[in-house]
This record gives sequence, structure tokens and C-alpha cells, in this order.
Amino acid sequence: MRVAVCINHVPDTETKIKIGPDNLSIDRTGVNFMMSPYDEIAVEEGLRLREKFKGEVIVLSLGGDRHKETLRKALAMGVDKAVLLKDEGERDSFGVAHGLAQELRSLAPEVILFGKQSIDYDDAQVGTLVAELLGYPSVAVVVKIDVQDGKVVCQREIEGGHETVETKLPAVFLAQKGLNEPRYPSLKGIMAAKSKPIEEKPAATAAARVEIIAMRKPPAKASGKIVGTDKSAVPELVRLLHEEAKVI
Amino acid sequence: MNILVFAEQRDLKFKKSAFETVYAARGIAATLGAEVTALVIGSGVQARAAELGMYGASRVIAVDDPSLRAHSNTAYAKVIVDVATREGAQMVFLSASQMGKDLAPRVAVKLGAGLASDCVALKVENGDVIATRPVYAGKAVVDVRVKTDVKVFTLRPNVFTARPGTGTVTVTPMTVPLEAADFASTVKEIHVATGRPDVTEADIIVSGGRGMKGPEHFTLIERLADVLGAGVGASRAVVDAGWRPHDEQVGQTGKTVAPTLYIACGISGAVQHLAGMSSSKYIVAINKDKDAPIFQVADYGIVGDLFDILPELTAQLKHALGK
Repeated sequence: MRVAVCINHVPDTETKIKIGPDNLSIDRTGVNFMMSPYDEIAVEEGLRLREKFKGEVIVLSLGGDRHKETLRKALAMGVDKAVLLKDEGERDSFGVAHGLAQELRSLAPEVILFGKQSIDYDDAQVGTLVAELLGYPSVAVVVKIDVQDGKVVCQREIEGGHETVETKLPAVFLAQKGLNEPRYPSLKGIMAAKSKPIEEKPAATAAARVEIIAMRKPPAKASGKIVGTDKSAVPELVRLLHEEAKVI
Repeated sequence: MNILVFAEQRDLKFKKSAFETVYAARGIAATLGAEVTALVIGSGVQARAAELGMYGASRVIAVDDPSLRAHSNTAYAKVIVDVATREGAQMVFLSASQMGKDLAPRVAVKLGAGLASDCVALKVENGDVIATRPVYAGKAVVDVRVKTDVKVFTLRPNVFTARPGTGTVTVTPMTVPLEAADFASTVKEIHVATGRPDVTEADIIVSGGRGMKGPEHFTLIERLADVLGAGVGASRAVVDAGWRPHDEQVGQTGKTVAPTLYIACGISGAVQHLAGMSSSKYIVAINKDKDAPIFQVADYGIVGDLFDILPELTAQLKHALGK
């Protein structure tokens, strides 16, 4: 089985975001980057499919040279091959999806995995865009993938419950937390990843369809009031919720 | 000009976010001098479809077909695109619900359109729709413009208001030819956990963190939630520790929420958690540590022992609400 996993390199979740001087993007100075957490789950699922069905796992990332760090992490986790689709520009989701779809068309994997969303722009578009561009079925926000004879039975999260979704390979899956617990790279894996090659090729991106015209911090919340320091404050809290906030 | 709104239903009942999306589209349509057409897809959906007229749809189209009883992203996307094309829609609106997010990218590709997803505000400037959407889980927001002729938007649930009016509307049935190949991925079964609302749809959320000291103490959270009809949320720390299920996690690697009231209990307020909930309208924090960052975003705080405070709060609210 050939599995492709598309991964992104994003600011760490603990990072405070500063707006850049162009007011269109973030200031990257001093920001730690990492593999998007849902993409780690996707890589792990790829490795588990390989354990079960043999074959190979290929990771793809579209972006600048800094994405190599995240590709190396995937190599350290145990994937067979890493490809950087090189592009230094800022792309919208469609531009990224176009570049990935182009490469995936020639790779023709049976399983394509993504994280359910990349935690930078939070568009939650690229995986499903790629599926549509390739004419593949897709299952988003997936917490279980069971490849059986001739079909795949998945569980996907919806509001207040789950759906059982049936599809056929080749297909695209968008990993959600709960699908698996991603492994930590072993020391041996980390050492081996250092010498593994990362294939580089130019990304076949497309023109942006959505343009950012301004980026700013959300309006800061005025700090509120401390109502008290023990349970004697409860009546006042209830009064405030009822009379001032009018939410109860 | 025509705006097509996909109105989501589950078990033949419209979701609240379907009304929100129709109502928001109506606002944009009024500014642009456009019409709102709502589209309902499913089996047996025609009967209730007229309800959408109250929220501002001037037409409702029902594609009522037994094969569309269960959600299939491939088939539903085909239906939406077919209707959008026949109606000459320049914009398509969907809710950024799990179903909407599953459909919108496919609809956008088929229409050659750009997609602005998970929008929290919309305005019209020089005849162009400008959408505001959070990025980095709400640590920043961007204004975006869709550059293509046809534009697709998804709207975050629980953010836009929907006010029912007295509008009436006729429902036009429509048929879209579908083949077996259109159902490449199809829902076979839905398992709905009974009881509490999902955090993305809840008006009130009661959320617990490491200060709860153990999974067994979450009954305190659940009791308060049930008095308020609220959803139960959790911080990443307690989900990672296995105290609570993943689908309750609020924050950057969980769910981004915007309820009317968010009650944070024993949550210190890590950057990634604050990002996921600070757009809540009112925030209450109960925490022992007066320096916890959660108090910087809280409207009302009690610095104290939640094991004393939560049962008292539950009892008083129960009394106040006459339960």
C-alpha cells in the first residue's frame, strides 16, 4: 500500500502571535515552529497502515526551506521518503492544494492523509480541496479508519456524536485527535533521519483565490472583576450573571 | 444577484446554524440588492422547508430524494453545485459546521470559486463582501476578500444571530440526477451521544481543567452543566491525561468556541486554551491561583476553592432557575 501524508510547518501552540509590519502576516521573529499537531496524527496513521499492509509512507510538505525541519521529524518517526514542494511565497489554501494535488497525481497513492486542519490559518480546506481536485472521496475529522476487503469503514466526529462513513480506496482522510496517539521519534530514528535525503522540487502552485487584506489582534478583553474569594461570593456572581450580563 | 444558502438539517430539523446562515445572507443580500435562495437537501425535507422564509429566504428549493437521506459529501456537493449553477448564484453560503466544512471545499472547486471559511463577521465594501475570520485559533483575525467571480463562504456556528420574522415563502421542489458513482463516500449510521449539547453549538459551556484534581470530580462540572443546559468542556491537560474525551477539548488543538457564557473551573488559561475560548461573550473563572492568566480574560472571577464554590453555585442556580 502506498500512503502519502501531507504535513505543514506551523507556529508552536504556546507561541504568542505578533502581527508583522505589513499588517498581513505574523512576525516570525522568535517564533518556534513545529509540525501541525493534527498532521502528526496523520503521519502516525500512515505508519500504522504500513505496519498492517506493508508498502511505503511518503510525506509531502509545500513551503519554504524551513519546512525541512518538519519533514525531518516525519522521517525520524519512521516514514520512508520526504518531499519538499518548494515555494517561498504566501499561498492561500487553493494554491497549496493545487501544488499538492499535482504531485499526488503522479504518486497515485491509495491512501492520502492530512491533519483535519493546519493550526495556522485554520482554514480546514486543503485536504478536501485536494480530494475534489483528484476526484477522490474523502472522510474529514476522522477518529477511526478500518481498511477492509474492498472498502474502508470510518468513524468521523460530528456535533454531539459520530458518523460511520463508508468509502473505497483511493481516498483522502483528515485526521482528528483520538485517531491514534502519535509516537515520539526514537533516538535511533532521529539520528537516521539526519542522513536521509529530502527530495526537493518546485511546487506547481496556483494563483490565490482568497486574499488577506488585513491582519490584526482581536480586540483585547477589558479585565473583569474579582467577585470574591470563597463561596460567599456565589450570590453576587449569580446576581451579576442575571442582572448585568443577562445570560441566566 | 442571487445568494444560495445551504440550510443543514439533522433528523428533518434545521440546525440553529442553518437559520444563522440564512439570516446573515439576508443582511448581505439587502446591502447588495440581492435575493436569498435557501437549499434543503435530504429525504422528506420538503414539509418543513418553508420555515426558512421566516429567516429571510425569498425562495426555498428542496431537493427531496430518498437516496439523499444520509449525508454524502460527494453527492451533496454535486446537488449544491447543480442548483447554484441553475440559479446563477454568485455566492454560496454554508455553515462552518462539520457538514458545511465537509462540503464547502468541494463546492468551491466545482464552481471555480474561492472559499472564505469559518467567517465570524461579514460586511460589504464597494460592492465587495469582506469576511473576517480568526486565524491561529483566534490569536489573530484577518479580513479576506474572495477574488473569484463566484464566491463561497462558511459561517462559524453560534456567532451570527438569527431573528425569526413573519416572512412566508413557497417551496420549489427540484430534482438533481445522481448516479451510484456520486455516493463515493456515504454516511451509514449516526450515533448521537444523548444529553448535553456539543461545545461548538452550546450557549453555555462549563469547562474543567487540571484544578479539578481527578476525573472523578468532573461530576461537579456535569451537575452545574445540567442545571444550565450547558455543554461540558475540558482543557488540553485533562484530555491528554485521559480524564475527559477528546471531543470536549477547548483550545487551539481542540475546538474553538463562542458561547454566550463560558465558566472555566480550575483552568489556569494557557495561551492555546485562551485562543479557543476568549471570544465567548461572558467568561467566569473559578481558580485558586489569583495570578492565573484566565482572570485576564474573565468578566467575573472567584479566587478560591472550586470544591466549595461549584456545589454552592450549582445549588443557587438550581434555585434561581426554579429547577
